[in-house]
Amino acid sequence: MSLSKSLSAFGWRRPGAASAALLGLPAIWFAALYLAAIGALLITSFWTVDDLSGNLIPGFSLTNFQQLVSGQVYIRIALRTISIAAAVTITDVILAWPVAYAMIRLASPRLSAAMMAGVMVPLWSSYLARVYAWRVILSHNGLLNWTLIEIGLPRAHIGYSNWAMWIVFSYLWLPFMILPVAASVERIPPSLLEASADLGARGFTTFCRVMLPMAVPGMVAGAIFTFSLTLGDYVTPMLVGGRGSDFIGNVVYSNVGVTNNIPFAAAYAVLPLGVMAVFLLIARKLGAFDAL
Amino acid sequence: MRSDAIIWAAVAVVFSFLFIPIIVIVLYAFSTAPIPAWPIAAFTLHWFADTWADQAVRQALLLSLEVASVATVTAMILGTLAAMAVARMQSGAKEVVSFIAVLPIALPGILTGMALAAYFAFWGINLSYWTIVAGHATFCVVIVYNNVVARLRRMSHSLTDASADLGADAFRTFRLIQLPMMASAIGAGALLAFALSFDEVIVTTFTAGAQNTLPLWIFGAIRLGQQLPEVNVVVFAIILFTAIPVLLAQKLIGESGKVVR
Repeated sequence: MSLSKSLSAFGWRRPGAASAALLGLPAIWFAALYLAAIGALLITSFWTVDDLSGNLIPGFSLTNFQQLVSGQVYIRIALRTISIAAAVTITDVILAWPVAYAMIRLASPRLSAAMMAGVMVPLWSSYLARVYAWRVILSHNGLLNWTLIEIGLPRAHIGYSNWAMWIVFSYLWLPFMILPVAASVERIPPSLLEASADLGARGFTTFCRVMLPMAVPGMVAGAIFTFSLTLGDYVTPMLVGGRGSDFIGNVVYSNVGVTNNIPFAAAYAVLPLGVMAVFLLIARKLGAFDAL
Repeated sequence: MRSDAIIWAAVAVVFSFLFIPIIVIVLYAFSTAPIPAWPIAAFTLHWFADTWADQAVRQALLLSLEVASVATVTAMILGTLAAMAVARMQSGAKEVVSFIAVLPIALPGILTGMALAAYFAFWGINLSYWTIVAGHATFCVVIVYNNVVARLRRMSHSLTDASADLGADAFRTFRLIQLPMMASAIGAGALLAFALSFDEVIVTTFTAGAQNTLPLWIFGAIRLGQQLPEVNVVVFAIILFTAIPVLLAQKLIGESGKVVR
């Protein structure tokens, strides 16, 4: 019996062993790089940096965390990051619904496929290109102000502000919300909607009492992306947020790139890790992982 | 019906929101003005020649292509293996593995970037071409994995069983049955992984040393407000070249019509 035959036979008798063999390489890679990196983040967050030499000092010190909790500015930045991430998520849920509903319930198959492509193209278009487009549109001499003046309104000064970040983040991550919401609308059996209508519920009542609750997993699945991607960004705040709009990511970024204080940056990065851990656990309870 | 009309109106608004910025940035690539302003006064093609001649852009493009290729090949191998393993598992273990597997794309980018930066600092590894590849491969693997796992879920066991009944061993079944059936999903995943790697900036900042990938070059140029006409051209080219793999991937995935990120 050849080696490949005997290996196959062994794998057939012991399916667990076969799975383990297949999973071995990716699991080692994942554990040695990704999980170990998260571990290194947690460990280094307790380290400190020598002020003079800039060398890392291993050990266990709560200095970084004390500095974060006592600094008003770090708390304000964390609150700004989390509240804009929440606002973006809510905005995207509202914008996603008409598209998801029309795509699944109203459009012909051809139109529905075209709409799907219309969601996919911006989803995968260059991130930087889209942020930069908004920077140009919202700038003093941009398309927005030109339009406002053409229709006889005064210029808006929303370039480089929290409003700009809200618009741009909502724009960037909207396709991530449309796709799972549409997928969960597709899974609702039409008979349920008919039953609701037969029982006398009007369109809006059916939407609120039948569709909305049944699409919760889809909305939460989308929210994982809209929330997490906003939480972990620093490029958009730098390019469209302007002064006084730092995110957690900006503090992390400047502590790694400019001041080279990796332990402090790591300690601040533990916060989004904690927030997302709670978020993912809730999402799991709400069944979002089946809708991913 | 009146309510349908309202929904379609909302859909039109959302789609203009999605596409106006892309159209605007494409138009700016042809604008003569050195600093973008609206309306565009005159159109030209000469920034394309300037950009093509720029050595910094060329080097960044080359690095991005290299990184994306190596990360994609790594992702194709590891992602497919992981998907095949998960497809054979019992539901309990399956759930755990698929939860852990989505972490690189479900957790914030700053976290992945910072974690890798801390990890490399921890071991005293200098940032290089390989640290960029390692960072990109973490999320590229997930993309390939997601696409292949979705395909395997729809694939019936009877074909592989039949192959075994006819005397083929596991490797032969893989080569003649499973691989051909997974090929288009692996291909789609690879195209998407390539597109994502080619465009990545959040994690790359933390894993690149002195080298510039194309997104890092763009980010630097926008921040400093330099070479904006060249930025317009590069960005236009990227939109064009990422749209192609994405539409192709969607075709490969076929009837389900859904690209998993």
